[in-house]
Amino acid sequence: MTVQPEIQLENVHKWYGKYHALAEINLTVRQGERVVICGPSGSGKSTLIRCINRLEAHQEGRITVTGMELTDDEKTAGHIRREVGMVFQHFNLFPHLTIVENCILAPMWVRGQRRAEAIERARHFLDRVHIGEQADKYPIQLSGGQQQRVAIARALCMAPKVMLFDEPTSALDPEMVKEVLDTMVELAQEGMTMICVTHEMGFARQVADRVVFMDRGRIVEEGAPHDFFAAPQTARAREFLSQILH
Amino acid sequence: MIRSLLLNNPDAVRRAGLALILSLVTAALYGMGISSAWLGKMVPPLAGWLSESPALGRLLAAMLLALAIYANWKALRLLSRGWQIFGVWLELFILLMLFFYSFDLSLGFIAKKIGFMISQGVVTTLYISAISIAIATVIALVGAIAKLSKNGVIYGLATFYTSLFRGLPLLMQIYIIYLGLPQVGYVISAIPAGILALSLCYGAYMTEIFRAGIESIPRGQSEGATALGLSPAQTMGLVVLPQAMRVIIPPTGNQFIAMLKDSSLVSVVGVWELMYLARTQGQTEFRHIEMLITASMIYWVLSIGLELVQSRIEKRFGRFNVR
Repeated sequence: MTVQPEIQLENVHKWYGKYHALAEINLTVRQGERVVICGPSGSGKSTLIRCINRLEAHQEGRITVTGMELTDDEKTAGHIRREVGMVFQHFNLFPHLTIVENCILAPMWVRGQRRAEAIERARHFLDRVHIGEQADKYPIQLSGGQQQRVAIARALCMAPKVMLFDEPTSALDPEMVKEVLDTMVELAQEGMTMICVTHEMGFARQVADRVVFMDRGRIVEEGAPHDFFAAPQTARAREFLSQILH
Repeated sequence: MIRSLLLNNPDAVRRAGLALILSLVTAALYGMGISSAWLGKMVPPLAGWLSESPALGRLLAAMLLALAIYANWKALRLLSRGWQIFGVWLELFILLMLFFYSFDLSLGFIAKKIGFMISQGVVTTLYISAISIAIATVIALVGAIAKLSKNGVIYGLATFYTSLFRGLPLLMQIYIIYLGLPQVGYVISAIPAGILALSLCYGAYMTEIFRAGIESIPRGQSEGATALGLSPAQTMGLVVLPQAMRVIIPPTGNQFIAMLKDSSLVSVVGVWELMYLARTQGQTEFRHIEMLITASMIYWVLSIGLELVQSRIEKRFGRFNVR
């Protein structure tokens, strides 16, 4: 029996007008694999993972997620989004809802869970990211790190098969980065399939199975973290690493 | 040299400024043709001098009034903020009542007619406004979503609609709907015609308010909702609109108040609402001004009611922003 890859991108291209944002992207992520994507700003990292849950549409190539191919059909995109959780740089919590309401909205409206059941699950995940006692506050009453942990819990409430992280610590004050990374490490240790766009190389070393380095819309280099950090193959990757690992 | 003179004599400059303002107020009052008769009544010995030199008398009256306004200002400044607001309202209200009193109104006539004005006029005005507001809100919501649509046909429809109905005077729309629709075979009576015109006109204005409100919500919000699997309609209804309400409500409240008063235009096609009664009830006894002032006051009271409702709703939708 061949194991179907959780995510597969084959020869994916994307343009913004004339700008070639993604070129010849080939990427396969197996179930339970943790992939870190890094690269200079403007290299297409965010665009790449936003194509995986179709917040952006690709124009050429095939993207298959949990066995379904992403096409123009919005229905398929909806099905895929249920299985793919996403955490954003700016959290994107809903400020008009309390923490627990943030967490039960999608389970109730998309998964059709009853409110009581959804609240029970939400409290479970909020406890897991150590934020259970804040459940009835509004997002604005929480610190940035706490808000980002809520965003992670909110995504987990949908019981996703894959989690996408789009620079989850970039908008945080330095002292809050660790609490979010710790939560992500715990998640990784539980076997969640994860794709993280991040500049936190310590995190990459600790949990990633693979590091993907992108530049100008292309995947330039790909390898195990140990190899990538110790002996980057391309000049571009060496230059990038020398700039972020002072 | 003048600069240093000004900079180094703050007290003198302040006094000069005050004198300047006082003389400007005096000049304005004089220019408006203030009467000096009240001086003669209050101080009888002055009466003779006043009739001899009327210009000087008027100047004196203007100066005294300016000083009285200044004294009033100073006195109000002594109060706390809340009492200042109350004091200003009270004084201006009394002045307004004095203005009306000067018409020598027949209170008996007002008392005789006010019951009918409320039971017929206010009720009609309110239900025309309420129905129009409800329809306009629905139109505005649909229009705003259409204006944000990528579909060219839908966008074209929405822009043509808002352009046309914002571009024609409301009075013209009422006439066109009331007199024009029968031409194409659809006979419409006066009240539905009025409601239709008000809804379409205000729907067009409110479309812009709703669109601006929806656009004020950062894209991350709809992306966050979409990423969770919510459909576009759920994203709009559960995430974007509830937040946009905070931006939408204050100008919408304004529109409601404006519509309440613009519903008076419906009187031209013979609907017995407040304005129509105000114009017609006084005719038999030549008591026009009584009815007009009564109707004005009723409009004002209704508007104040709407203002209160608006501030209530604003508080409700603003709550997630307070710490």
